[in-house]
Amino acid sequence: MSGHGHGSGSGLNLTLKIWRQKNAGTPGGLVSYQAHGISPDMSFLEMLDIVNEQLAERGEEPVAFDHDCREGICGMCSLVINGNPHGPDSATTTCQLHMRRFKDGDVITIEPWRAKPFPVIRDLVVDRSAFDRIQAKGGFVSVNTGGTPDANATPIAKHEADLSMDAAQCIGCGACVAACKNASAMLFVGAKVSQYLHLPQGQPERYRRVLAMVAQHDAEGFGGCTNYQECEAACPKEISVRVIAEMNRDFLRATLIGTEL
Amino acid sequence: MSINLDSKIPSGPLAQKWEKHKFECKLVNPANKRKYTVIVVGTGLAGASAAASLAELGYNVQAFAFQDSARRAHSIAAQGGINAAKNYQNDGDSVYRLFYDTIKGGDYRAREGNVHRLAEVSTSIIDQCVAQGVPFAREYGGTLSNRSFGGAQVSRTFYARGQTGQQLLLGAYSALSRQVGLGTVQFHGRSEMLDLVLVNGHARGIVTRDLVSGKIETWAADAVCLATGGYGNVFFLSTNAQGCNVTATWRAHKRGALFGNPCYTQIHPTCIPRSGDHQSKLTLMSESLRNDGRVWVPKKAEDTGKNPVDIAEDDRDYYLERIYPAFGNLVPRDIASRAAKRMCDEGRGVGPGGLGVYLDFGAAVKRLGKATVAERYGNLFDMYQRITDENPYEVPMRIYPAVHYAMGGLWVDYNLMSNVPGLHVLGEANFSDHGANRLGASALMQGLADGYFVIPYTIGQYLATSGQKKLTGDEPEFKQAVVETKARIDKFLAIGGKRSPTSFHKELGLLMWENCGMARNREGLLHNLERIPQIREEFWNNLNVLGDGDSYNVGLEKAGRVADFLEFSELMCRDALHREESCGGHFREEYQTEAGEAERNDEDFTYVAAWNYTGDLSAPELIKEPLIFEEVHPTTRSYK
Repeated sequence: MSGHGHGSGSGLNLTLKIWRQKNAGTPGGLVSYQAHGISPDMSFLEMLDIVNEQLAERGEEPVAFDHDCREGICGMCSLVINGNPHGPDSATTTCQLHMRRFKDGDVITIEPWRAKPFPVIRDLVVDRSAFDRIQAKGGFVSVNTGGTPDANATPIAKHEADLSMDAAQCIGCGACVAACKNASAMLFVGAKVSQYLHLPQGQPERYRRVLAMVAQHDAEGFGGCTNYQECEAACPKEISVRVIAEMNRDFLRATLIGTEL
Repeated sequence: MSINLDSKIPSGPLAQKWEKHKFECKLVNPANKRKYTVIVVGTGLAGASAAASLAELGYNVQAFAFQDSARRAHSIAAQGGINAAKNYQNDGDSVYRLFYDTIKGGDYRAREGNVHRLAEVSTSIIDQCVAQGVPFAREYGGTLSNRSFGGAQVSRTFYARGQTGQQLLLGAYSALSRQVGLGTVQFHGRSEMLDLVLVNGHARGIVTRDLVSGKIETWAADAVCLATGGYGNVFFLSTNAQGCNVTATWRAHKRGALFGNPCYTQIHPTCIPRSGDHQSKLTLMSESLRNDGRVWVPKKAEDTGKNPVDIAEDDRDYYLERIYPAFGNLVPRDIASRAAKRMCDEGRGVGPGGLGVYLDFGAAVKRLGKATVAERYGNLFDMYQRITDENPYEVPMRIYPAVHYAMGGLWVDYNLMSNVPGLHVLGEANFSDHGANRLGASALMQGLADGYFVIPYTIGQYLATSGQKKLTGDEPEFKQAVVETKARIDKFLAIGGKRSPTSFHKELGLLMWENCGMARNREGLLHNLERIPQIREEFWNNLNVLGDGDSYNVGLEKAGRVADFLEFSELMCRDALHREESCGGHFREEYQTEAGEAERNDEDFTYVAAWNYTGDLSAPELIKEPLIFEEVHPTTRSYK
């Protein structure tokens, strides 16, 4: 057993400094709240649920934050917690972060992803539709439904399939951008490029894809990569910066061979 | 006002029905397709695959999701895999066997014609996904890898580590993104459907609320597809994502669409037990874990408090292996869930509140080595450890059943069209294909079958024959729907009571889990039917929604969803009460064998219960669609 006393009455007392912002057009700021009797077995978002219920009881509007699956896969949750995107634990989304990670009396600062291409919608919620627009430029294999060959017709070496899967695990949360001092989304773009470049199905559009996605990345206002690798450290799915190297290599090749968009 | 239900199952031999029907479906001329607009609500596996496929054909598609991106839909959380009758393993699988297993697994409460079609197209789904670049697991020789999955004795499940749903959804999302880029699909994120608009009796549009600006908008089209998922969150605690809701289907129901078999809900056996009252959701652990994990409880109730590692082999009861020697730990979900409940009811449950059983990998680690176990289940083990703070390589996992999937949903015919002309319903949102219990790895299959390979054929039949005129969205029916939608929002904001939407949701959920959950009885259901209207009344008098309707307002969103759950739950209990038999996920305590197994009543209940909204929540009209079995003779489901 965990020894944390399931559902015990005592719990943690915390000071939360939470970013409140009415909408994109209104300046925001940090507001302090007290959270009492927080169980160590709660997830971080369940702690915020409790705070929100208490705010509502007092007639204050709840803190808006993005979340959905609460099992670390939908990529909806975000939050910069004490300066760390998705909080202090590695390979962990905010929804999977648990309060046992914190101590009684801790002060926790909670902010939204901060990057120009991710404007704040309200409080901790940001607009990440820039990722969708990048995806729509080339994050696919151009194959219509139907008329595809038998799935086993093209053998793919396990090693290559595994490398593809390593990259495909990206959940599109944007922590890589939030962690990067340049607000670069190259880990995100690289992950999609890498997924396809290790598969035969991705070859026909390989060079077109990398050029189109990088062009959109830049047009959205994301910065360039200067190899600080903060993105890899913040990535809840542990996507390796290998994908950025692969993306850069293919981008260079695409440019050299004169690929046309 | 009685409705005559026609399932439109094609005549002829089972294996030729779909082929014949595809030929008989009217086609829309390629040059004419762009003159038609189709609304797709929900962009999970079913919605995204449908939106992409319809756009590829040339239709104009308007796609809506309450999430910010189509990549977030809850299909993404499916872990284990997707079934397909490829028979790559040469182990006796076939389209017919997948059909048979699904009919049997559904406890003979699904249509033969639909299920056979599902099995037929399953193989195309895998081809499609591989062509899209979905990185399925592979063998060293480069071929696709398969595993067996709960309830099946063949290895027909394709998977991508423990993230199959994610990879399939990202595949469908990539196809959708391509169409968005080409301008054939307009995607509306953070946009929630709040009503269905009927014109001349046909589904011709929807009303949405932009969740960021609060703007109420109308959208007119030639057909509407709902792919809005299941209603598991009626239980408050479930494995569903926080946003999953019944609103779109319930609004359609109140506009005339029949709700089929709402009492059929799936309780998944391998979830992480709850840790306290703060719990906001339950986390599922893929049932693929049951391939190598062994389920047990202590033989003696007094051992339940002991450290499991200290309980001797002889003092453990591997009850699934004991009761069901043929299938052992791989029995279907309903069977495994109820067995766990029985063990806990006997006082042999473990962990907080005695609501848990062990899922033990000790033997697997010994047999395969830690590295192999880690390769197969590593991400699941990590997830378990993050949530429970326990290391499953060393201590057995604790699991307990949780609400996971809704087999019930809006009634549809073979064309996936509801009784409302033009309203099509796909994926988990419809009632079809899984009967009273869904087999593992079949949800992904059905969602993608509906979206990629069924609706592209059958929607043409409707569009080519409906004979409806074009609309602008300014017709009085649209204006009236907007007035009603706005009035409802104003009403939420005006109540000014004391309780949050969540507190009502929790109260309802607890009541539903108690009396309409894993086991149901007449007394409990009658209790719910008395309590639900009372909670509803308090909701409409004592709800507290802060803020306004013209901005991003989480409380307002939630209030609308809870209001619909408070109505839907009553229908669910009524359906569960009327079905005086046990079948699949619907277990009525009054109807069980001496051994505690479900006892079906084929003579009286071999039908789909389709409920019609009459305007009075306490008196819905029951319409029966008899289920006719020509190929498979219903027998007692035995996994012993």
